[in-house]
Amino acid sequence: MNHLRIPGVLVVLAASVAVIGCGKKEEPKTAAPAAAPAAAAPAAKPEMVVKIGHVAPLTGPIAHLGKDNENGARLAVDDANAKKIEIDGKVIKFELLGEDDQADPKTGTVVAQKLVDAKVAGVVGHLNSGTTIPASAIYNQAGFPQISPSATNPKYTEQGFKTAFRVMANDIQQGSVIGVYAVKDMGAKKIAIIDDRTAYGQGLADEVEKAAKANGATIVAREFTNDKATDFKAILTKIKAKNPDVIFLGGMDAVGGPMLKQMKELGIKAKFTTGDGGCSPELIKLAGPASEGVICSQAGLPVDKLPNGQKFVADFTKKYGQIQIYSPYSYDAVMVLIDAMKRANSVDPAKYLPEVGKTAYDGVTGKIEFDEKGDIKNGAITVFEIKDGKLVTLKSEGGAMAAAAAPAPAAAAPAAAPAPAPTPEAKK
Amino acid sequence: MNTRIRKSGPGRQHWWALLLIGAVLLAVPFVAALGGQAWVRIANFAILYVFLALGLNIVVGYAGLLDLGYVAFYAVGAYVYALLASPHFGIHLPFWVILPLGAALACLFGVLLGSPTLKLRGDYLAIVTLGFGEIIRIFLNNLNAPINVTNGAQGITLIDPIRIGDFSFAQTSIILGVSVSGPQKYYFLLVALAIMIIIINVRLQDSRVGRAWQAIREDEVAAKACGINTRNIKLLAFAMGASFGGVAGGVFSAMQGFVSPESFSLMESITILAMVVLGGMGHIPGVILGAVLLTALPEALRYGIQPLQQALFGRMIVDPESLRMLVFGLALVLVMRFRPAGLWPSSQRRRELAESAD
Amino acid sequence: MDTLLQQLINGLTLGAVYALVALGYTMVYGIIGLINFAHGEVVMIGTMVAFTVIVALAGSGMPPLVVLAIGLLVSVLVCMVLGWALERVAYRPLRHAPRLTPLITAIGMSIVLQNVAMIIWGRNYITFPPMIDKKIYEVGGASFTNVQVAIVTLAALVMLGLIYLVHRTRIGMAMRATAQNPHVASLMGVDINRVIAMAFIIGSALGAVAGCMVGSYYEIAHYQMGFMLGLKAFTAAVLGGIGNLAGAMAGGLLLGVIEALGAGYIGDLTGDFLGSHYQDIFAFIVLIIVLMFRPSGLFGERTGDRA
Repeated sequence: MNHLRIPGVLVVLAASVAVIGCGKKEEPKTAAPAAAPAAAAPAAKPEMVVKIGHVAPLTGPIAHLGKDNENGARLAVDDANAKKIEIDGKVIKFELLGEDDQADPKTGTVVAQKLVDAKVAGVVGHLNSGTTIPASAIYNQAGFPQISPSATNPKYTEQGFKTAFRVMANDIQQGSVIGVYAVKDMGAKKIAIIDDRTAYGQGLADEVEKAAKANGATIVAREFTNDKATDFKAILTKIKAKNPDVIFLGGMDAVGGPMLKQMKELGIKAKFTTGDGGCSPELIKLAGPASEGVICSQAGLPVDKLPNGQKFVADFTKKYGQIQIYSPYSYDAVMVLIDAMKRANSVDPAKYLPEVGKTAYDGVTGKIEFDEKGDIKNGAITVFEIKDGKLVTLKSEGGAMAAAAAPAPAAAAPAAAPAPAPTPEAKK
Repeated sequence: MNTRIRKSGPGRQHWWALLLIGAVLLAVPFVAALGGQAWVRIANFAILYVFLALGLNIVVGYAGLLDLGYVAFYAVGAYVYALLASPHFGIHLPFWVILPLGAALACLFGVLLGSPTLKLRGDYLAIVTLGFGEIIRIFLNNLNAPINVTNGAQGITLIDPIRIGDFSFAQTSIILGVSVSGPQKYYFLLVALAIMIIIINVRLQDSRVGRAWQAIREDEVAAKACGINTRNIKLLAFAMGASFGGVAGGVFSAMQGFVSPESFSLMESITILAMVVLGGMGHIPGVILGAVLLTALPEALRYGIQPLQQALFGRMIVDPESLRMLVFGLALVLVMRFRPAGLWPSSQRRRELAESAD
Repeated sequence: MDTLLQQLINGLTLGAVYALVALGYTMVYGIIGLINFAHGEVVMIGTMVAFTVIVALAGSGMPPLVVLAIGLLVSVLVCMVLGWALERVAYRPLRHAPRLTPLITAIGMSIVLQNVAMIIWGRNYITFPPMIDKKIYEVGGASFTNVQVAIVTLAALVMLGLIYLVHRTRIGMAMRATAQNPHVASLMGVDINRVIAMAFIIGSALGAVAGCMVGSYYEIAHYQMGFMLGLKAFTAAVLGGIGNLAGAMAGGLLLGVIEALGAGYIGDLTGDFLGSHYQDIFAFIVLIIVLMFRPSGLFGERTGDRA
């Protein structure tokens, strides 16, 4: 009951902010230059502040994922600062500028510009493809690297920007692994596919459909919902009538949770599979016992199996609590930036940008290397099953495995799967 | 009609005022750039919203038709530009072809929406227009199959910036020894368009059509009795309002280089309506003020809240992001509470209010 | 056939929730002609409060049904106070303002409530603790749960109670009088302010009940859940003829069924061109068609120009 008293305080507080807040817009002008020349520190070794931007939605329906991303990046910055990294003879103090793009493309570009103005050395973000793509043009012009920990829309890296990278397998890579897994390992003959009509859900579902068809399964139903919906009984009833072996959802955990419960209420026995957006502890929390037996995939290797990963999980949970989905990737994205700076022995984007492309870094999500476009090379995909309320690793389709699996759907639908051979215009 | 314009047209004092406004408009992008190019971008969005708010003002402010789906026309304009100037279909038409085309198509959609809803009044109209806005958005989101028209939720990338010959609006270039960035160039383009739209609005307001709209707003039955063809005049309001939205959409596409349906949500329609009402419905300077304020306020709060909390309490008590929207909502409530006719209502409207309050 | 039956059951449950929320819109609109955009947020607060109470009492050893009842009661009370406060603080001063002014206030309030809820209850989705052991029944190949039965029954009871209140009690009579003509009603000794406040309070109480239903049906809550729900319910209210109680109920049920059947069958009928990806617009299309032929909704009378 105690926290019910908060609103009153807030209203007063907010009202006072409203009055004064408007007059405050000139502030950053003085703040930004003040922070930059902090290089001249009186310490024995000269210290230098390097700013790294981070963008994700911190308000709105997927704000919890945005905060998770930011926390991952923040942990990386703290870890790097603890190591007292030296570049070009100076001890570097990294600083994270966390921004909120509200998952809105328009705000995304304003925030991107704000980071350019603040002269960050690089950006980790954005979370959604919808904001990542318009912002990438701005970062490209400013000439510093952008690494998205979670934008999976293939178009992001197909624009020919040499500053755009991602540490997350794109939809094509991930979709084909799940599609093949459903047919080969789960023995599915009839598959029903649902997507949430977001760029992510649609992209992933299309790839799963292609891969499943190429491997001989039939798609008995293709249904749709939206990312704010909570009632799925109408489409589930329709799917039930088609009697599929496997149901795949291209969507987030907030959709998957209630959907699983409603499947149970309708007596649907089909196995449920989903991609990384639903492969989270949140799904288990939201679906409860109905999540038992769910098969889902995440890009990268299982975090807790890697030596670096275990430490990350322990540190992160201690500091911020439960990992949602993408924080390990935003952690790695920051580390990749710092690693490139170290190799170039410079924090100047013009100097270290080429090094980002040559990254070979052992991150908490696995080995990170980029291809010509900036996509993660041979992005490993791990398949999980939910057992006793925990995500249990079934298998990892790492490196060579993923490469072998990819050409199969490509042969079946050559027009739609440009992943294996980068198109000529991709390179600027 | 001509005499009227001359009478209310610029006198000697007005010329000075206009000159001053001109000088300020010229200086804005360079002054804003001192605080960072982000502020120039914010200024650009503010002007874009001025377009939208002025367009909606014709429908809501002049003709008194509550439209909650205005964003649909914005979306139509944006997609027309995106489809005709991007690698999606491999078509790259110049902007001076597409912008009028977008306006025309948006105009057509305005009539399409208007015709079945003419009989409806007030809040029934509101919900139908709201539905119309959602219908357009959902179609844009789903028209990637069976034929890929809009590329669905993935959106359309690599849209051409506005280009005149070799002069591209996307890059920084040196003009007369001054370095002008991409956003600054768009700023001048937007201001030019805005001036055009404002002139059209002022002329409309004082024209026969404008008076007919106001007559319908005040009393539709009486207007009809006076021989006004209410059906055509209402349709005209929808069509005019929609075409402004179409132009705004086209510029938005070019500026962003990327469009996807998520930019055209219901919340956007509501924000534009809030601008019109907050500023002062039916009053052009008020509407402009509303648009500029509501675009700048959330951004100012983005910059302001964090340092302010630090200064007041020495630490962060509440996430600045959570507070930003909260303050925005409170501002809407408070302005409406203390200035129910908007921040800057027309003098006529203010008088009416004073009368009805008795 | 069993699929059709199942779709109807799905639609009716959803529709019962829509109907309850729609009543909140229609009560306020019927009396002062205001679209209370913040009503969806009141429903959300109702869900959240019930959630907090239930979680707090879950370990107390009380029987689950008692905990549920207390949760419902507290949430109804909180929402009643909230509804009253909304009216008193935000809308009453604007009673004579231009028509769109209170609408913008309502939108502002809805943003405020959402963000306050986000600060209190956080950004994450919240799982509503299942208090009733779910039992699944099967009839004729269609399945439904005891929670669904409870929702539909409770909704029906609440609606009957509301009709009784409006048509058989003094305050109900005062409400109807105010809706007809506030001026005359006040001359007849009706305290207009009290009546309007009551409309908000009752509407919010209904919203809280609906919120608890949504919470226990979907077992999930989020600070933005009120927006879409409110929008759908508002559509339902207009479909039935806004300002008309029976209309709101019918509109709600109809909307639920349309959505379920639309998602279930339109895709097959149109060769998958209009599949379930258009689920959210079926309701609007039906609404537009209905309003073209009956401009005041299904049950609305042809009143003069409200606006």
